[in-house]
Amino acid sequence: MADFWRRFHRNIGAVAGLVILAIVGLTAVLAPILFPFSPWEMRGVPFMPPGEMGFLLGSDSLGRDVAAGIAHGTVVSLLVGGVSTVAALAIGITLGAVAGYAGGRVDDAVMRFTEFFQTIPSFVLAVVLVAIFTPSITSIVIAIAIVSWPPVTRVVRAEFLSLRAREFVQAAEVLGRSRLAIMLTEILPNALSPIIVLASLMVATAILLESALSFLGLGDPNLMSWGFMIGAGRSVIRLAWWMSVFPGIAIFLTVLALNLVGEGLNDALNPRLARRRGMVVT
Amino acid sequence: MGAGRLLRFLARRLVKAAIVVLAIVVFQFVLIRLAPGDPASVIAGQSGAADAEFMAQLRAQFGLDRPLHEQLWIYVKGVLTLDLGFSHRQQAPVAALIWERLPATLLLTGVAFLFAISAGVALGVAAARRVGRPTDSLITVVALTFYATPIFWVGLLLVLVFSVWLEWLPSFGMYSVGADLTGFAHAFDVGRHLILPSITLGLFFLAIYARLARASMLEVADQDFVRTAHAKGVPEGRIIRAHVLRNALLPVITFAGIQAGQLVGGSILVETVFAWPGIGRLAFDALLQRDYAVLLGVFFCTAVMVVLFNLITDLLYAVIDPRVEVA
Amino acid sequence: MSLLSVEGLTIALPPGGERAYAIEDVSLTLDAGEILCVVGESGSGKSMTASAVMGLVPPGLPVVSGRIVFEGTDLLRLSPEQMRALRGRRLGMVFQEPMTALNPLMTVGEQIAEVFRVHGKTGNLQSRVLRLLEDVRLPDPPALLGSYPFRLSGGQRQRVMIAMALALGPAVLIADEPTTALDVTTQMQILRLIRALQQEKGTGVLFITHDFGVVAEIADRVAVMQHGRIVEQGPAAKVLNAPQHPYTRALIDAVPHGTARATATGGAEVLRLDGVRKTFRRGGGLFRRGSAVVAVKDARFSLAKGETLGLVGESGSGKSTLARCVVRLFEPDGGTVAFHGTDLLALSRSAMKPYRRRIQMVFQDPYASLNPRRKVGDIIAGGPLTHGVPRAAAIAKAKDLLRLVQLDAGSLDRYPHEFSGGQRQRIGLARALALDPELLIADEPVSALDVSVQAQVLALLDDIRHRLGLTMLFITHDLRVAAQVCDRIAVMQRGEIVEMGDTAQVFGSPRHAYTRELLDAIPGKHWMPPRLAA
Repeated sequence: MADFWRRFHRNIGAVAGLVILAIVGLTAVLAPILFPFSPWEMRGVPFMPPGEMGFLLGSDSLGRDVAAGIAHGTVVSLLVGGVSTVAALAIGITLGAVAGYAGGRVDDAVMRFTEFFQTIPSFVLAVVLVAIFTPSITSIVIAIAIVSWPPVTRVVRAEFLSLRAREFVQAAEVLGRSRLAIMLTEILPNALSPIIVLASLMVATAILLESALSFLGLGDPNLMSWGFMIGAGRSVIRLAWWMSVFPGIAIFLTVLALNLVGEGLNDALNPRLARRRGMVVT
Repeated sequence: MGAGRLLRFLARRLVKAAIVVLAIVVFQFVLIRLAPGDPASVIAGQSGAADAEFMAQLRAQFGLDRPLHEQLWIYVKGVLTLDLGFSHRQQAPVAALIWERLPATLLLTGVAFLFAISAGVALGVAAARRVGRPTDSLITVVALTFYATPIFWVGLLLVLVFSVWLEWLPSFGMYSVGADLTGFAHAFDVGRHLILPSITLGLFFLAIYARLARASMLEVADQDFVRTAHAKGVPEGRIIRAHVLRNALLPVITFAGIQAGQLVGGSILVETVFAWPGIGRLAFDALLQRDYAVLLGVFFCTAVMVVLFNLITDLLYAVIDPRVEVA
Repeated sequence: MSLLSVEGLTIALPPGGERAYAIEDVSLTLDAGEILCVVGESGSGKSMTASAVMGLVPPGLPVVSGRIVFEGTDLLRLSPEQMRALRGRRLGMVFQEPMTALNPLMTVGEQIAEVFRVHGKTGNLQSRVLRLLEDVRLPDPPALLGSYPFRLSGGQRQRVMIAMALALGPAVLIADEPTTALDVTTQMQILRLIRALQQEKGTGVLFITHDFGVVAEIADRVAVMQHGRIVEQGPAAKVLNAPQHPYTRALIDAVPHGTARATATGGAEVLRLDGVRKTFRRGGGLFRRGSAVVAVKDARFSLAKGETLGLVGESGSGKSTLARCVVRLFEPDGGTVAFHGTDLLALSRSAMKPYRRRIQMVFQDPYASLNPRRKVGDIIAGGPLTHGVPRAAAIAKAKDLLRLVQLDAGSLDRYPHEFSGGQRQRIGLARALALDPELLIADEPVSALDVSVQAQVLALLDDIRHRLGLTMLFITHDLRVAAQVCDRIAVMQRGEIVEMGDTAQVFGSPRHAYTRELLDAIPGKHWMPPRLAA
């Protein structure tokens, strides 16, 4: 464990990403304290530039506080990103583990299914799903989970396939351990590293997806989210550039931070053999 | 690399593609049935639902009183004969609406893809050749930046900077309205309008291809056959070109196929921002108008585009890699 | 003057490595027309020496001192471009792993022709390439010209490598373990090829290996390396038969001496296989028939209590598959596996479980046979715990076993990566013994180990076998090891048992042509390693 932190530490980008994420998380937690009013509330004169009349980041076309919108939107983004990723992981890991461990026909069937799903354009499907099932935070989370699970299945299946042929798994079978015990205690712990890395990248993608859906008007109508704010500012961009720019920066920083952390995790969890054992002499 | 082998491969892939398209249609059918409300109201959308005669027509057409498997058959037959329904709002067949807008989207996504893959691979290769040095760090950071920004936001920023503030490039549409240009002048005009949207769509994928190309080059450079080439006295330049690059491109091609869906999906966002008259914009309007017949039509069209694109990338891969499809 | 002379070469390792220098003060000479074998175990620096001569040392490993004089020039003083011009033209190299040594996207003809092209030779390259392919005794050279590497076997690819290395008639050929990854019979063919070509063209060959049998087969002179230094050097006959340095003596003493042992007296029958067969099907989708590989065809043999039966064969012979069929890691397509009369193949998964206590397995790869995320104690106790033994008793048993395999009790709380290859094999052995099995199946348990460690593990295995009265099925590709360990031997070829009998008889008077071929392919079979009191 200490080894892991040391390697993670060395990656400046990863540490920076962690710091940014901490700030984002803090904003989400402190939003009701910093801005103890609904972001939908009209607080003043519309189209105020940033810094004027008490609007830190300006006001929008209805006089709402942009900064408040961003702060409250943080919760939405993190929530949607997190829950949809967990759901996608649940689907993907189950399918991938079964396919990788069982092999044969089961594997073929799962893989055909997964490939089919990957052929369908994911964003278009998400749009269709949310549109048909009426936009709400639930339908958005489900839609994102449904379009995000295929890569998880591929990764988990690949790991399970390769680990299953590994001799320590064969030894467990020869010892007489049950199939479930082998999958959970022998294979899964060794397959975790790529799953963890993938998870952090998936949260980033989920946030981008959610913001794109909200931008198109498919967001939950009761929740102020970053994508919605950018969409609202689109038609008046000449008048009030701050309406679209600042929420975009928020998305950018969060997604960037998640990517940096993901790469840091990758480097820390999978040190290449040469780096771990020093130069290998032959 | 016999032509016979390739033809057999193509034949098999075409059959597989046909099956996938069929599966997509069935999938659409399932989706419609799963949606709240009866299928006719889903298809008709908000405006059509008000028109009772239209609804009755739809119900009869879909055979909603018939058993399920017959409904499926009617639906599949319809879609495969390119009868994608009728848009009540626009009073036109969906297929015609899509056909009209398709070229614009193909132009946009085509140019964006070519831009992304050529610039992306070039940057990735450059970064790999100077790995660990400042150029590499710079390219990696730039790639990460493009990857983390939402496509629609980049579009808005570009419009802000290049159209509003600098006034260098047009901010919407595919051609200057009312100018009535023809021939070369028209092409040039379209080109000017194409710059911002295609860069917007391409930047995200440029980042992906750059990172992938870089990682792929580094991984291939580590492999045994590169060491063999060194031992033969092959000069560095030739090693990169003939040995490393060729092998490194394989995963990039595979990935391009997988990314096709996202590229097409991204066009919805870009066409919305730039009012580009393609099927993405059509889909956005359909969303606003709750015209789901059109939306599903666009969905089907994009899925077929992805299937065809995958077919091309698979074929390209088989041409380059002689190991494919040898029993 | 020697063709090649390495003088006091020292290359440093980055700080924090296993030692300060990769190689230290290495001096050796190579004359035209002779084969110098550099022998050592893993980590000895032998490959590093070879890479240094070619100028292919990985970046980050600086040359601290020394010279490499080739045809009068110090190679270390040359510019990169000058060195590049020498590589392939005056210095040729062949590497260990043939399966990954060729560019998969270029044809064989193109890759060989490339050697000519990059050194400025033009003209009718095709005929020169064809002649090279004939020289290395490859079948059907014209067809090979347009073939891609994936169509060639390991032995064939290695011949292509040799053709590329010798294309421009270099003065020195450096061969870095070129036969280690090949089958015994293929290895012998390649060794003979190298010897023949070398004699024809008068090339000096620097041959890196870890196998003393290979040394005995082809070396004119020998240099022995340990921990980056040369500990002994001299004519082959002298070093092989009268080694001076203690390390050399220990290494030679560890070579399996290949003398057949006394036959164990017959006991009750423990295992009987009859008609076992297994076919693997690969590929095949909706429109394509897959290919079928028959791994095991109608295997039959029996094992009596206390005896060790060796399953000997090359890769692809089916020996590992057959072993896995006995424990049902693979499900055979037919036949019976009778253990004390009960057919194991007819049992359900849960009915099989109690039998698992009595048949256990030791695996080949020490780096893949232990779960890296579990402590050694958990790994060894895992078996008893699965079969209902209470935790305290299981841990106590683990401690006993660690002592039995000569590891200290503190190992219980450590992780596998903290142990060496030989130690991991001992842990694997302990894990297998934890259930007090009657029958132990050992799948190439020492093939991945260095020679000196091999001898220790084999000795341990022998000791345990006698103490616990184990019956053993021993799989190996190395005939010398089989001769030392097994009472009876079954020779397998392409899925069939072609010969079976007492060790002495199989070695002394083999009946089947393939057995004779295998015996003939043992490198250095004419050399009797001296028995040394080390």
